[in-house]
Amino acid sequence: MKLVGSIMAVLALVASAVPSSAGELETVSIRNCTWCHGTSAQGFATAPRLAAQRHQYIENQLLSFRQHTRDNPFSRQYMWGAAANVDPGTARNLASYFSTLPAKAADDGDRELAAAGRTLYENGNPESNTVSCAVCHGPNAEGIREIPRLGGLSYYYLKRKLKQWGEGYHAAAESPMPQIASKLSPDQIEALASYLSFVR
Amino acid sequence: MKAVSLRCALQAILAIVFSAAALAEDAGRADMPRGALQAKIEYCKTCHGLSGQGYRGFFPIPRLAGQQTEYIENQLRAFIERRRENSYMYNVAHVLSPATRTALAAHFRGLDAKPLGGAPRGLVAAGRKIYEDGDPETNVPACMACHGPEAKGQEAIPRLAGQLHDYLFNKLMNWSKERGQIPSRPDISAIMLPTSHNLTKSQIAAVAAYVSYLQ
Repeated sequence: MKLVGSIMAVLALVASAVPSSAGELETVSIRNCTWCHGTSAQGFATAPRLAAQRHQYIENQLLSFRQHTRDNPFSRQYMWGAAANVDPGTARNLASYFSTLPAKAADDGDRELAAAGRTLYENGNPESNTVSCAVCHGPNAEGIREIPRLGGLSYYYLKRKLKQWGEGYHAAAESPMPQIASKLSPDQIEALASYLSFVR
Repeated sequence: MKAVSLRCALQAILAIVFSAAALAEDAGRADMPRGALQAKIEYCKTCHGLSGQGYRGFFPIPRLAGQQTEYIENQLRAFIERRRENSYMYNVAHVLSPATRTALAAHFRGLDAKPLGGAPRGLVAAGRKIYEDGDPETNVPACMACHGPEAKGQEAIPRLAGQLHDYLFNKLMNWSKERGQIPSRPDISAIMLPTSHNLTKSQIAAVAAYVSYLQ
């Protein structure tokens, strides 16, 4: 595990090297991303799927890695370095490239929790003041503009992200997510992450 | 000069803080403990914005700041009774007691957020004309006649000033499918029905843009 971590760190550093010409930049940059995010950008438990993600979201995240406002451990370890030399134009090009790739659902959550997760996603829980996720992320978790698509992302990635809001990471993000996710219980997080991993 | 305007600003802030405190005092008379009401207010603001200014999620989420209390209470009741169709707001509203709804409405009435903006500026002039004069040829009355010259609304007639233009656009385009959904129990939303039909799509976009910039 530790070895995998250091290999990925090395790759992230390699990936941040600046190529010489503009034409080269694009192919090299894409390859640099797919080292960790997968050749068809379907992602893994650690590095999330980029395929079919909202382009404004990808672009925003690349900038926030650069500005160190997205500050959870994996971001610090891999993406701060990887995004350090990605200028705004390249960020936009990468974002629009990955947003057009077809996506597959990770399907790696707990099937038995999916129904409870769906109810929470769609309705929230008014008794405990939990808002509906669908109002912002869309009825089918498709996202819009800078609000990310969540449907089909890996259960492990979603669970980790939801937990990290509550641990105080990326508190500087200009969205209601710090307030929302920090109040989710571990069971609610399990259910949501499971449900979303199956959404196509 | 600078010191004077700073002092004015400070006084304004203090006035807002005090009036908010006074409203919270009123809200404390609701049938739930003050902490629980505060939690409910924060829950509303998660989607409607920390200052009640509205928010653009997958759906445009309306501004509540400065909204007429009677309008907010009416709409919450309409969601619960399914006269107004919105499954998200049904979920939110059906657990709220009448006293809590009153307290929430009073809280949001007392907020004074800046408009969120974002509408095409080029539509504003045409929108203003419709708002102030209507369109006699297509039987559109002046919006101003009911919503007021500053679009602040009154009683059950909503404030439109500062409302999200995309929210207003969706509502007016969809009026007959969302409002007055129990024909045997017509409500005040019936007043807007003919006008929503008589307005063209581009007129709706224009008038929504105009009011969205009003303070």
